[in-house]
Amino acid sequence: MDAPTLIARRIAQELRPGMLANLGVGIPTRVANYVPNDMHIYFQSENGLIGTGPIPQEGMAQAYLTDAAGQPVSALPGAATFDSAISFGLIRGGHLDLTVLGGLQVDQNGLLANWTIPGKMVPGMGGAMDLVTGARRVIVAMQHSAKGKSKIVRRCSLPLTSLRPVDLVVTELAVIGFAGGHATLLETAPGVTVQDVLAATEAELVVPDRVPQMNFADAEGAPS
Amino acid sequence: MKTVDVEDAVAMIPDGASLMIGGFMGVGTPERLIDELARQGKRGLTVIANDTATPGRGIGKLVTAGSVRKAIVSHIGLNPDTQRKLLAGEIEVELVPQGSLVERLRAAGHGLGGVLTPTGIGTAAEEGKRRIEVDGVPYLLETALGADFALVEAFLSDYYGNLVYALTARNFNPVIAMAARTVIVDAAHIVPVGMISPDHVVTPAVLVDYLLAH
Repeated sequence: MDAPTLIARRIAQELRPGMLANLGVGIPTRVANYVPNDMHIYFQSENGLIGTGPIPQEGMAQAYLTDAAGQPVSALPGAATFDSAISFGLIRGGHLDLTVLGGLQVDQNGLLANWTIPGKMVPGMGGAMDLVTGARRVIVAMQHSAKGKSKIVRRCSLPLTSLRPVDLVVTELAVIGFAGGHATLLETAPGVTVQDVLAATEAELVVPDRVPQMNFADAEGAPS
Repeated sequence: MKTVDVEDAVAMIPDGASLMIGGFMGVGTPERLIDELARQGKRGLTVIANDTATPGRGIGKLVTAGSVRKAIVSHIGLNPDTQRKLLAGEIEVELVPQGSLVERLRAAGHGLGGVLTPTGIGTAAEEGKRRIEVDGVPYLLETALGADFALVEAFLSDYYGNLVYALTARNFNPVIAMAARTVIVDAAHIVPVGMISPDHVVTPAVLVDYLLAH
């Protein structure tokens, strides 16, 4: 299982029936691929859609049915569309159960930086600041390191997205939670030891006595 | 409401005007108006919109044509042209969190001075903004933002200008139709009065000043 697949599959386990969830671009989008078929999740695209479905069949795409990256999507039965004011009212107003976003850095208290690298990349924050500030639960999906440097840091050197700490970070090595206000190692990936995670992490991690492995046993196509 | 040819509609827009433009990554952007703005060589425009789309699409065409002096948007990440011009000092970009941006426009259209939002507290988005506490909770004051013109794309318009939008092409369009002094609409289909049920009208005709002729 490659890193993005592992991360997406682990995060899919956090979804619950009936949730309203928003998936960011990249690995987060792939989370939808691993939701059990019988579980009804409402996926929101912040450009104004609840009920976002998979990429439509060849020849069935419509120019006016797209996700937040402008890519063609379909809409599931029961879908609803609305303007951007309502879309962000849903996000800020406590109606969005879960957002899954990518990250550049997360610090040991759960603060996220994910929208700019000053001088190099100025894409703009888009909806990220609203999503992290407003969603009831925030999960970051990212690779553990970039160019050999840990992305889970003592203190973010990049501009923050919000002062609201994230709830969970899932990487190809570990699941890290922030329930106690400090980064805590909750799970390791299959074949990865606690020592491996500590060696790859700049932040100070709280390590409980028992750290289970990510469990993919119930999922279809479980890793060998 | 008057119908107008695209050439005449765009001729009403002077250099240096502020324009709200509907669309999200080019979806829901009135391309006929964009193409005509570029063809007429407009300069010094302030564009208020969700994003600058991509080169060759929607607002991206105006950026490439050099028509835009300032963009007030939430995202420019998928338009390398905007990024290059920003770094070269050829265009000014004010980045606003998306939810705050749409609320600033909504406030202008609804007669409000602004809104209080928790978004952006303690980040770069707070720079230059007032922090106001309500019941001990800090918020940022995001002030109302209006414009000279709104360029709206709709799916249906009846002969009066009652508007219906299609799926995710709605986005900022109904909000900007409330927020600018002059509202110009391009509708994919123009239909007789009565074909749109009153319950299905999203933007009432009284808000529309000009409808592009087909």
